[in-house]
Amino acid sequence: MESLGVLLLHPMNAYLEQELDRRFRLIRLWDAPPGADARAAFLRANAAAIRAVVGNAGYNADAALIDALPALEIVASFSVGIDRVDLAKCRDRGIRVTNTPDVLTDDVADLAVGLAIAALRKIPQADRYVRAGLWKAKGDYTLTTRFSGKRVAILGLGRIGLAVAKRAEAFDCSISYHSRSQKPFPNYRFFTNVVDLAANCDVLIVACLLNAETHHIVSREVIHALGPEGVLINIGRGAHVDEPELVSALLEKRLGAAGLDVFEHEPFPPEQLLGLDNVVLVPHVGSDTEETCKAMADLVLQNLEAHALNKPLLTPVI
Amino acid sequence: MASAIAVATVPPSGAKHSVLLLRRANDRLAAALRARYLVVNFYASGASLPAFLAASAAAEPEPPRAALVVGDGTIRVNAAFLDAAPYLRCVVTTAAGLDHIDVAECARRGVLVAGAGQTFSTDVADHAVGLLIDVLRRVSAADRYVRRGMWPVQGDYPLGSKLSGKRVGIIGLGSIGSSIAKRLKAFGCVIQYHSRRPKDTVSFRYFPDVLSLAAESDVLIVACALNNQTQHIVNKDVLEALGKDGVVVNIARGGNIDEAALISALKGGEIAGAGLDVFEKEPDVPAEFFSMDNVVLTAHEAVFTTESGSDLCDLMIGNLEAFFDGKPLVSPVLPN
Repeated sequence: MESLGVLLLHPMNAYLEQELDRRFRLIRLWDAPPGADARAAFLRANAAAIRAVVGNAGYNADAALIDALPALEIVASFSVGIDRVDLAKCRDRGIRVTNTPDVLTDDVADLAVGLAIAALRKIPQADRYVRAGLWKAKGDYTLTTRFSGKRVAILGLGRIGLAVAKRAEAFDCSISYHSRSQKPFPNYRFFTNVVDLAANCDVLIVACLLNAETHHIVSREVIHALGPEGVLINIGRGAHVDEPELVSALLEKRLGAAGLDVFEHEPFPPEQLLGLDNVVLVPHVGSDTEETCKAMADLVLQNLEAHALNKPLLTPVI
Repeated sequence: MASAIAVATVPPSGAKHSVLLLRRANDRLAAALRARYLVVNFYASGASLPAFLAASAAAEPEPPRAALVVGDGTIRVNAAFLDAAPYLRCVVTTAAGLDHIDVAECARRGVLVAGAGQTFSTDVADHAVGLLIDVLRRVSAADRYVRRGMWPVQGDYPLGSKLSGKRVGIIGLGSIGSSIAKRLKAFGCVIQYHSRRPKDTVSFRYFPDVLSLAAESDVLIVACALNNQTQHIVNKDVLEALGKDGVVVNIARGGNIDEAALISALKGGEIAGAGLDVFEKEPDVPAEFFSMDNVVLTAHEAVFTTESGSDLCDLMIGNLEAFFDGKPLVSPVLPN
């Protein structure tokens, strides 16, 4: 069996890279010289060998890349969200696509709740206050508001949304949600309309997948409904939220606070947020733990190995 | 004897009971107290505490039989205090901890003590979980990274550690410890604990001492009272047993941890990180912590939400009313 040629799009994980190098024929896209022309030439030179692509949330097999790789058979994403994979094109070409569901559910849900507590209880802000010597100089930090018992609304009640709900329930939070269809959870209040969902909650957590329907699902209207006491937590995709609207709402305090793991143009969060006190900002770390990244990498490797051996894929999307 | 203290004027409608106010009162509490009682206010008197207590014996129409006492340790209700205020029959305190009240001495003198009950447990538990997630997932450190513009320059932030599945050792399984346990269970943590005696109402694994708890835990959360037995209950040996991947969270009292040993363990990489709301000499936080990215520091604020403030106000009034009505206190503190 000829070793599978795998194009890795970005140095996303050292263990993954090392194992791809060991088990397959690894080609690193960032070895290409800088510039679009040089990159195109690099792809042409390697195209015959590349049968697999490994991408992630930020860098994935878009139409242009797929077109440049005539021998491509499989895209194995180091992520659960594959909004940056051109699925239609993959379907047309018969290219398989796998992702990494389940193994990262706990981490993402943990972070969602952690961001909600951080935003409401202003933990990073208090940490800044203490490190700046202000506790000594100015006295107690400001009063914040309780997390327990808040009305938590979840956009998308899939694996991650459900895991968030289970955690929030331990804080005596009431749970409401919106998703494409109602789910069999009678204790969770279902809303068909996202604006109504936002109007009836204290904390709105974005946990759905990104597609054409959910692009900017957190719109100006939704942000307005969430209101000056409301908190938005985004552990989905930056494009779920109308970011300029979010920024002005936070600046003008028309929205109470936000905890954001994702942004429309990563790694560039909106500059106006960087100095704000009512927001917590983390750099797309939803599944970024040693344990989970290893599990995700193993899943990518197992999917590629299954493909190479003509065995059933473990976590196919198509 | 001429009194330099401020005594509230007697309202025309009739005599109210007097209450000693030995804490700051926000508007809501002040209004609630004024509506019901004659408030004898220490902080408004400008007197020293002994002088104030002595003068209050002469308060009209009666010396105050109840006192509201601040919980930050600046006033200690000990034998000397009780000697100076023999007219007091009830002390209502408002801190989550009771290290400033000699509960045994109060009991000996028949002085009732009312504490904060469960008022703070929710917010302290929430804060403990928030600190733990922050340390493991590096939330505050990553927030700093983003705000400094490092994300486009240095790329992805270093990986954190998964919370789900961690063995969490809780020191002290009272109201706060139990609330923490309930929350972390939902995150898939394995809960185990040490307290003076095992609790037969819970199914968590019990450890008879903190050292053995630490040896089999990934996380230690300090949620016990501060007293002679628990001073430095987390010491150098406990930190060593916890190990290089271990994390400590303290929402109890700074004195529960040997702070110098903690700093040394963090500097030497002998434990992985710490989330601290309390310190040995507040508000002096050792500067050694400020250069550490694996610690999260908050300003003894685990209880400070608007909700607990108003809950506490209701509780204090409730306890005072019960006392003056001769009814059982709402949140009595009994000697051990």
